[in-house]
This record gives sequence, C-alpha cells and structure tokens, in this order.
Amino acid sequence: MAKIVTDVVCPFCGTLCDDLEVKVTDDNKKILEVCNACVIGTEKFLHSQAEDRLKVPQMQDEEGNWKEVSIKDAVEYTAQTLCNAKKPLMYGWSSTNCEAQSVGHEIAELVGAVVDNTATVCHGTTLIAVQDVGVPSCTLGEVKNRADRIVFWGCNPAHAHPRHMSRYSIFPRGFFTGKGHKARKMVVVDPRSTDTAKMADVHLQLEQGRDYELLSALRVALRGAPLPETVAGIPRETIQDVAATLKSGRFVIIFFGMGVTQSLSKNHNIDMAISLTRDLNEYTKAAIMPMRGHYNVTGSGQVLGWQFGFPYCVDLSRGFARYNPGDSTSNDLLRRGEVDAVFVLGSDPGAHFPISSVKKIAHLPSVCVDPHHTPTSAVCKLHMPVAFVGVEEAGCAYRMDNVPIETRKVVEPPEGMVSDEEFLKMVLKRVREIKGVA
Amino acid sequence: MEAGKEKPAYTKACGIIEMDDADFKRLGAWRNTNVRVTSEFGSVVVKAVQTTQGPHPGLAFIPMGPWANMVINPNTYSTGMPTFKGVPVKVEVAADEPVYDSLDLVRKACRGEI
Repeated sequence: MAKIVTDVVCPFCGTLCDDLEVKVTDDNKKILEVCNACVIGTEKFLHSQAEDRLKVPQMQDEEGNWKEVSIKDAVEYTAQTLCNAKKPLMYGWSSTNCEAQSVGHEIAELVGAVVDNTATVCHGTTLIAVQDVGVPSCTLGEVKNRADRIVFWGCNPAHAHPRHMSRYSIFPRGFFTGKGHKARKMVVVDPRSTDTAKMADVHLQLEQGRDYELLSALRVALRGAPLPETVAGIPRETIQDVAATLKSGRFVIIFFGMGVTQSLSKNHNIDMAISLTRDLNEYTKAAIMPMRGHYNVTGSGQVLGWQFGFPYCVDLSRGFARYNPGDSTSNDLLRRGEVDAVFVLGSDPGAHFPISSVKKIAHLPSVCVDPHHTPTSAVCKLHMPVAFVGVEEAGCAYRMDNVPIETRKVVEPPEGMVSDEEFLKMVLKRVREIKGVA
Repeated sequence: MEAGKEKPAYTKACGIIEMDDADFKRLGAWRNTNVRVTSEFGSVVVKAVQTTQGPHPGLAFIPMGPWANMVINPNTYSTGMPTFKGVPVKVEVAADEPVYDSLDLVRKACRGEI
C-alpha cells in the first residue's frame, strides 16, 4: 500500500516549487514516486533512496584510507577542529534550513569563524551591487499576475530552473495576464543560443563579457540618444527595438544569472542592470530579480542579515561582525592561506571553487557535512552524512524572491541518521564545554 | 548532479567541452574526442562534444564543475567572485588521455599528481 503526500516543497533550486506530490509507503520509509517536479527535483528525492548511500561518518588518514567512526567521534573532531583553529572558515549553508544556519552561526561566534555562503561564487556580486545602488524588486506572484515583458539576462532557466517559466514567468495566466505567454514578450540575452534563447521573441546574442556595454546601450536607447552602429556585436536598430519593446510594456521584469555575475565586470554589470531597471520606471513599472541557485541560499543571506547585518562573508574572528568582500570571502581567504580549518555544510566547494582553493582545503583540518559523496567529501578529513532537508527533515527556506516557505518532511531518514540541525547542536554543546561557556 | 557526483552521469554531463562544428574543423578532430584544454591557470582533459546550444563559433563551453575549475581564472579582483567566465583557452587533441571522474580529478589535483 502507498499514500500520497501533497503540497511538498522541492529542495533543489531557488524556485522552491511547492506543488509536488510524493507517493510514499505506509510506514513513511520509502519514496515510490514523485509527481509534478522537474527532472532534477525528482532526482534529488529519489537519490535519497539510493542503496549505496553513506550512512556512517567516515574519516580519512594521511594516505587517503577511509575508516568508519561514530557520530560522537565526528562531533568531537569537528568541535576540536573549530576550537583549535585561529580562524576557521565555515562555508556552505545553502542546502539546509534556516534553523540549522542559525545554530551554525552560534558556533561561529563562539569559535571566531568566518561564515560564508555559496553566494560568494554565485550572486555575491549581486549583493555588492544591491548595496551600491539599491534594488527595485518584486515577488514571483507579481511576475505571474502582472509582468508582460520578461528579460532573461545571462541565465538559462530551461536547464537551471526548469519550472520557473511554467510556474511564474512565461506561461501562466495570471490576474492581469490572462492570455499567458501569448501576451508576454520574452527577451533573452546570452552569448550562446541556449534552449531558453530558442524560445525567446528576441535573442540578443552578445559578445561574451560585453554585458556592461549592452546594458549601457539600452539605457542610452531608452533616452533616445545616439548610439554607435553596433554595441557588443548587436546592431543599433535591434537595441533600439528592444528598448521600445520594454518601454511599451505594462510591467517589465529582468531576471539575471551567472552570465552577468561571473563575467569580468561582475558587480558593475549588476549596477548597470539595476540602473536600467530604475530608468525603465520613468516610463512603466519595472523590477529586477536574481535567479538564485540553491534552494535556500536566499535564506542564508536572510539569517546572516538579521543576525549580523551582512548577507555573506561575515568575519567573526575579531569577536564582532566584519564584512569585506575581496577580503573576508572564501576564495580570497583560501588563496591567501588565511584560514587554518574548513567546515563545509550544504555545499560542494570541491566541485565549484577554483582548484587552487580546493587544494588549500585538502591540506587543512576539514569537515564536510553532506548526504552525498562529493569532490568536497573526497578531500576533507571527516565526512559526516546527514538527512536530506526537505525530504527527511522539515524547516524554513527562502525562495529567490525572499518569500519564506516551510519545507515538509516526506519520509523518515535511515535509522540512526541525524539532521544538519541535530549535528550542529551536538557540536555547539561540545564547543561550549571546550570553551567553558555555560 | 543530484543523482550523485561520483557517478559516470556527472562526468558525462560536466567533463565535456561544447564546441561548434566550425571549431571541430579548425581543430582537425572528430566529435567525442578527448581534448586537453589549457589556460594560463591550469589544464584538464575533457571530451569535446558538438554544441547543443549553438552556434557560437570561437566560443567553447565547459559546464560548471571540477573540470571547468581546473582552468578558470581564480582572481576575484576584490569582489570575492573568481572569474569563472571568459577565460582564453587552447584546445589540443589528446585522444589517448583519460577523462577522470570528479572525485578522482580533485584528489589527483590536490595530491599534485596531475
């Protein structure tokens, strides 16, 4: 027999789809089928059921041999590593719930760590730009109900946020957008002819890394000022047409992704995109939104924000919170050799950091808290497997538009497995004992 | 990606470089040949495949993952963000060299074996 759990929230990307239905066995132990989710989301639910899943903590010796250890030993190693380090790096936090993040920050305060989340290699530059020039944004509900001019700049939701277009941005019929995609104009800006670009009304295939120029050109075109014949490989007439299309809309939304945040001009690209949005508000209503990747990276920024006042790379090593991107960010700290221990939870820097940073992690005392085998767990000294948040553990997560959504527990984790939050609470207790704090 | 990064599917999805037909001609290689990609910052062997989201001659694409991170520019220019995109690279045929899986690649790189 089986039963169906409804309104399940998908813990994969920042779209945080909340309409999944999951078929589970009566004893709540096994997932049989996942409905309504995209391929990646389904894969995440089913991967939690894998036979070869790691269930016991493992430690690696100098020669690279692994041996199983108890959870108590894992807690002891983690607490000692963090307490003995002068400036540990506590990185990740994006694939876990806000409750666990909060406990992690308490540990970081006690041991004087640097807390950084995956925004550092994702939308960190967006956060810098928002602090520079502000951000006129909205919720995805407003996009669904009002937006009729949709711009995807340097992002590919067809692959990275598979249900974004069908749930919010292109296809749904909203309150003021009753004709669905027929009444919407879609503009995609990307140096590649991506699968998202193939669906667009206009695809601006700009030269790689020329986003700043093209964004500036659009601002110029909005004002009707003269432009050179081509900008970033795009003819003047096309730019003027796109500017006119955006101006004629009732509600413009610009979604942007790694194409602008990781290209050379970085935060300046976003400055210009936000300024374009601001300019568009002279003519119509316009908003801009980053396409956040991990399902709770936004939550990590929120929790850090309300606890320390800064959204990422918070340095607590001096006993108070400091924030200085380029100085207190993970890759800069690792490259300069300024941290002496690394704790990773809910992320995979082994796969997503430049190899020069990964090499530094491999040579330091290091802990990886992750249900999966990853390139990070392969180079860390301790691999602590935990329950999947959003599948085997409930908790709060923030969608890409900063809307908090409570994720649901669908099945029981394998016997004896703890959640991120439980593990962190055990570490916190031990850290308090070592530090002599009540 | 969510099915396990130690699995062959991850190597198949990310241990690749997507290139245009025109660039395959310039390289003088068949599709699905292993190639060595070298930048100022490092070198890695990946499989060259025909681009699925082209055309974009002169522009090659390695998906985000440990293979790309062997060659990208780690400089953050005081923003915290390494320069993941727009890195000039040289592509050479390396038909006899293997594409390592993600865990092996990172382990070997950290031990200085590759």
